[in-house]
Amino acid sequence: MSGRPVLEVEGLHVWFELDGGRELHAVRGVDLALEGGERLGLVGESGCGKTTTILAVMGLLPPNASVAGRVLLDGEDVLARGERSARPHRWRDVAMVFQGAMNAFNPVQRIGDQIAEPMELHGIAEGKQARRRAAELLERVGIPPARASRYPHEFSGGMRQRAAIAMALACNPKVLLADEPTTALDVMVQAQILEVLTALADDFRLAVVLVTHDLPVVAQVCSRAAVMYAGEIVETGPVDALYHEPRHPYTRLLYAATPELHGAGELASIPGTPPRLDRPMAGCPFRPRCDSAFAPCAEVHPPLDAVGAGRAAACHLNTAAREVPA
Amino acid sequence: MSANGEGPLLEVEGLVTRYPVSRGIVGTLRGRPREWVHAVEGVSFRLRRGEMLALVGESGCGKTTTAQSVLRLVEPDGGEIRFDGTDIARLPQRELRPLRRRMQLIYQDPYESLDPRFRVRTTVEEPLAVHGVGPRTERRAEAARALELAGLAPAELYLDRYPHELSGGQRQRVAIAASLVLHPDLLVADEPVSMLDVSVRAGILALLDDLRARGLAILMITHDLSTAARYADRIAVMYLGRIVEEGPARGIVDNAQHPYTRALLSVVPRPDPRERVAPRILRGETPNPVRIPSGCRFHPRCPMAIADCRDVDPALTRPAAAAAESHRAACIRV
Amino acid sequence: MTTVPAPELLTREPDDFEGPRRRRHVVWSVIRTQPQAAIGALVLLAVVVVAVLAPWIAPYGEREKVGDVFEPPSSEHWLGLDDAGIDMLTLMLHGARVSLVVGFAAALVTMLIGGMIGLLAGYFGGKTDVVLMRLTDYFLVIPDIPLMLVAAAVWGRSLTNIILIIGVIYWTTTARVVRAQVKSVRERVYVKRARSLGAGHTRVLVRHVLPQVAPLLVAITVLSVAVAIFAETAIAFLGLGDPTLTSWGKLIENAFSRSAISVDAWWAVVPPGLAVVVVVLACTMLGRALEDSLNPRLRVGHLSVRHFRLRGAGGGEAR
Repeated sequence: MSGRPVLEVEGLHVWFELDGGRELHAVRGVDLALEGGERLGLVGESGCGKTTTILAVMGLLPPNASVAGRVLLDGEDVLARGERSARPHRWRDVAMVFQGAMNAFNPVQRIGDQIAEPMELHGIAEGKQARRRAAELLERVGIPPARASRYPHEFSGGMRQRAAIAMALACNPKVLLADEPTTALDVMVQAQILEVLTALADDFRLAVVLVTHDLPVVAQVCSRAAVMYAGEIVETGPVDALYHEPRHPYTRLLYAATPELHGAGELASIPGTPPRLDRPMAGCPFRPRCDSAFAPCAEVHPPLDAVGAGRAAACHLNTAAREVPA
Repeated sequence: MSANGEGPLLEVEGLVTRYPVSRGIVGTLRGRPREWVHAVEGVSFRLRRGEMLALVGESGCGKTTTAQSVLRLVEPDGGEIRFDGTDIARLPQRELRPLRRRMQLIYQDPYESLDPRFRVRTTVEEPLAVHGVGPRTERRAEAARALELAGLAPAELYLDRYPHELSGGQRQRVAIAASLVLHPDLLVADEPVSMLDVSVRAGILALLDDLRARGLAILMITHDLSTAARYADRIAVMYLGRIVEEGPARGIVDNAQHPYTRALLSVVPRPDPRERVAPRILRGETPNPVRIPSGCRFHPRCPMAIADCRDVDPALTRPAAAAAESHRAACIRV
Repeated sequence: MTTVPAPELLTREPDDFEGPRRRRHVVWSVIRTQPQAAIGALVLLAVVVVAVLAPWIAPYGEREKVGDVFEPPSSEHWLGLDDAGIDMLTLMLHGARVSLVVGFAAALVTMLIGGMIGLLAGYFGGKTDVVLMRLTDYFLVIPDIPLMLVAAAVWGRSLTNIILIIGVIYWTTTARVVRAQVKSVRERVYVKRARSLGAGHTRVLVRHVLPQVAPLLVAITVLSVAVAIFAETAIAFLGLGDPTLTSWGKLIENAFSRSAISVDAWWAVVPPGLAVVVVVLACTMLGRALEDSLNPRLRVGHLSVRHFRLRGAGGGEAR
């Protein structure tokens, strides 16, 4: 794929003010770049900052948050003036399917009307035309258009999730951010939803960021992935390379902890817990839990360096010439 | 392991549990016939000591209701439940109480299963207090022992903590400790790791595996076939209130016979992008358990259905292509 | 038996646990952090202290005639004298005792009745719930003043009766709020777990449900104090209060029945009225602040108009 990236994140930092004057440094210098039609998986466990990152892209951070860095949509910095510059782009250029979106529908409004609402709010379409577009979108996500006049409680969980995706696409955005879109769903429904997402991404040439903790889902849907830990990206690359040749111990251990249907052998668990983000950190954030830590890891923070074509990892193992421990 | 020649610890035969569907005032006045959610419609299985059986299926298949019925947390409507020889399906609550000590349940949500106002010590000692076991000093020692067995060692570090000070994995271990403190014979684990981070799951699953090796019988409810394949001895796949396939875990996963099981296995995402599997995505969703389809309950969505499938409700039989003796599937075409 | 510590514990510092060591005491933390609650609590405390110390700090006797009828305020009598020549300030201080006693006692009665009914209805559900809620509905629709009139007329006007009447009329709100909270707590996993262990209803109610409901119950009770004091004032003002006791309501009633207004004796009417307003306001401020932070349905934080802030590019590179 060539061309300029449709979404670029440069040096994104997010801090949260806590009670008692402490500060939580939730996102620590994240860089991302996506082209139209590309699907990127943002992977990590709870507390790694992946949801905060995409909320920052949407400009949907709470009042106790402060942000630094740039988020470029088609070259324009949407964070330049805070809420004022983020708002015009919201839903029109970048839209989001939230975690638990299937439970966030207004129970007393028909589904079709709820999908048409963003169109009317952003001046894309009105009245009958909006409803017609909504019905079309529903069909795209695999819901019979006749059901647009039904209420959310008449839909199953999987169908509501599809409706949430349709709502995200209401204003024809270029970028779709999906936060754990299939986490609460059965594996068969998950397969259906992922099929819909993939088809839509291809048809509309959407840039998709799929946030999840589920590595196999990313392997199936995305071409590239970025692994996050303690607010930082520790490795990025094509999903194939990440599985077969991980260049960061966390990536390797994460795959080792993921059960496979036909796999054999011990399932790994990673000792310890993620570091506290309200305290300053020295060296590599993963060092206390790493099975390959050595001298520089405690003092020097490893930068995210290129380790091959389209690959990067933040680990001293890739740069230092070291002896393999006996 | 289970080579002590005894019979199975738990034998369930033809279990039936139904919930009434509320008709509302209008429905009652109009005399609408009462409808039932057929959550469990004839489930049978055996579980020996030192064995882990995984009950697998999607939401609405009845696996959770089965577990709750076995523990008599929900009243079954039919069938037999023999625990260590005694039929407990219709036992009065008073006589059931001493048996309850021997069967314990571990819940899915570690963040909600501990009372936020109780210290760890109080939570783990509570079962002992409820059943009037030993003097207080004895209870304290038992609680510490249970915590260490659950991997929270040294116990002193954890006894006085509140749940909000602990991580998800630690909370789940506290919950497990609280169920171990009465020395149960049967542990029912309802999705024990689905709400935990991936890096922590193996630890909990290894703990359950270890308990199994020490002689506990474990009934694990899960929707995750990969976990079931790795840790369970046997797998039973449920659909709309029935077991549609059961057998040794590896046999099910490597050589599934029932079309539903095969479809499920085909859509489980693989972490290796090179492992390409042709997914058999079933259309639609699991039908409402209020209106069970006629004949084979899977036939409306089955890619292999023939005319007979609408009329015949298949029993669990050994498929022709099955490798293991105990592998069964409820399908007339295998 | 050998045990291996859990992997996730292997690299944890002993003091590296998440969250504060102490359990948060909700009521205290609300008072500490919300000015509205703090002011309310402070004012209430001040009034209580004054009322308790009344016999010792009152300048004159409660029945001591020290001057003329409706003498205006002066340096010796800061609030003047009432219709019987008794010092108003003294009467106010003694009145505080009665009003507050009735207020707190009646609030306690509503807490006990309403709390018990809400607890049982919410916990047991089914028929118990239906019956108890019907009962609550009946009590809810009874008009308060007419009932108080009838009750006072039938059973006499003693202090105890007043307290009971107020308590019996106003428990319905408490019952409903408690029932809603109990219903939600009952569905929590740890309660179900305790039941599945074999714990009896009493144990579950006392050890698991009640502690979760208690803070909200405290908030509602504080609000009930306001209602009770107001009700007592109304009863006394209508002449139904205990004739032997001075309460603020009685003071206002005295002033009105002796035509204080027509002689412009504002000091006989305004101070007791103002006192009632101040105490009711303090209770309402404290009670509302508590209720807002405890009742999950009242959360409106997400409707804030403030947005996230931007930091300069060089801000906080804490690496």
